[in-house]
Amino acid sequence: MSRALFLRCLLILAAVAVLEALCRAGVIDRFTMPPPSRIFADLVRLLIAGQLYGAIAKTMANSLIAFALSVVAGLAAGVLIHKFRLLREALDPLFATYYAIPVFAFYPLLIILFGLGDIPQIAIAFMLAVIAMIVNTLNGIDRVPAVLIKTARMARMSPVETALTMTLPYAAPHLLTGMKLALAYALIGIIGSEFIMSRGGMGFEIAFAYTNFDNAVMYPLIVLILVISIAINACIGVWEKRILARRGLR
Amino acid sequence: MTEGATLRAGDWRGTIMLVVGVVAVWQVLYAVVGDVALRSPLETVEYTASLLGRDSFWPHLAETAEAFAVALVIATALGLALGFALGFHRLAGDVLEPVLVAIYSVPKLTLYPIVLLAFGLGMPAKIAFGVIHGFVPIALFTIGAVQNVKPVLIKTGRVLGFGWRDMVVHVLFPAALPEIFTGLRIGFALTLIGTLLGEMFASQRGLGYMLMNAIGLHNVDVIMAVTFLITVFAAVVSSILIVVDRRLHRG
Repeated sequence: MSRALFLRCLLILAAVAVLEALCRAGVIDRFTMPPPSRIFADLVRLLIAGQLYGAIAKTMANSLIAFALSVVAGLAAGVLIHKFRLLREALDPLFATYYAIPVFAFYPLLIILFGLGDIPQIAIAFMLAVIAMIVNTLNGIDRVPAVLIKTARMARMSPVETALTMTLPYAAPHLLTGMKLALAYALIGIIGSEFIMSRGGMGFEIAFAYTNFDNAVMYPLIVLILVISIAINACIGVWEKRILARRGLR
Repeated sequence: MTEGATLRAGDWRGTIMLVVGVVAVWQVLYAVVGDVALRSPLETVEYTASLLGRDSFWPHLAETAEAFAVALVIATALGLALGFALGFHRLAGDVLEPVLVAIYSVPKLTLYPIVLLAFGLGMPAKIAFGVIHGFVPIALFTIGAVQNVKPVLIKTGRVLGFGWRDMVVHVLFPAALPEIFTGLRIGFALTLIGTLLGEMFASQRGLGYMLMNAIGLHNVDVIMAVTFLITVFAAVVSSILIVVDRRLHRG
């Protein structure tokens, strides 16, 4: 596996080098894209100057709010939906087709409803993230073996105790997958809606820089967003692997 | 099989309950919010029907349909090719699969300026944006599907002296089809989303443009009608694909 990791890094470095060469040679003109070394230098300069900290903080705060809301609501809804068979029957087709529906199409409606503040963005991010959490919670609870529930019943555990000692620990890997997806979707929702229409945040700054042909801000910001979302996903991925490894599942 | 049959009957009941529920929630929301931001379900359907009757509407629909169709073909071809190549060569798969996962989890909307600078305003940019969204899940599911094909099938192919093309056509593809189809289903949805998002920003035609334009003009009728059309299309096609998907997995 470490060989694959090494090759992967090599490949990415090579790709960046090729891009650098193409930019320097003028095959890609500098109005389209500055060379990667320049983007990196611009990124460092922007981070030192600190002019974008407000935008970064806003995006991160809103993403975290949307993420937290969707995990709590998703977990609660998942447990509830699992309890009521009829509700589940009605909602299953919704879950199955949900991600085929372009949720961003509802953003205009939300702006009209709530105004151009943070709420429509958080709502979009929540709408994207919560379903992933619900589906994975249901998946997790479904896989809890009946024997565990029976054991809990024999030990006369209360429903809360059963949930805390049996259901939730057993479903943990699925819940974690749900959280991973929810976080990715929260970021996509916030940054995407900022980009479409908003008054601030990283997505807004990219759109603003783009309309002003300000490549010195746009490219570093795009790179920053990519790095942040990839880093977050990698962290949760490592955590997930550890949980699975502890159970000998992988 | 009996379980499958009851599942299908249950599906229908679930779908009907869902549609009734959605319409009810929509109607209540309309009663609360009012005409400023929403239209009632009935008004939306009526306006959608009148929109479909207008000559000026069809070029937009045709534009979106064309962009989406081309993007879907390219995303499918690219996704399958990458998926088979990476699924078959272990090392290449180990090296590149995490890269694809990373691309999958990134907010691709922010890449839009780059796509636009590279492809210019118009059709190619929309298509490119649809492809960027759609090809990754197809590739990822195909990799998983090919890697999960039972080794005995591949060994049999080897014993029969199959070249890589015979291997793909006669062994890998049939064995991996159910999984690949799931990837295609998700790829379909994401390509549609990508194409529409592409149209929302840099386009003078198409449903995405209509939506963006209507936001600027605060034309609630058009926003509701276009959102309704897109949602119904996505939901209906994806439901059909899910039925096929379940059949394949059962078979």
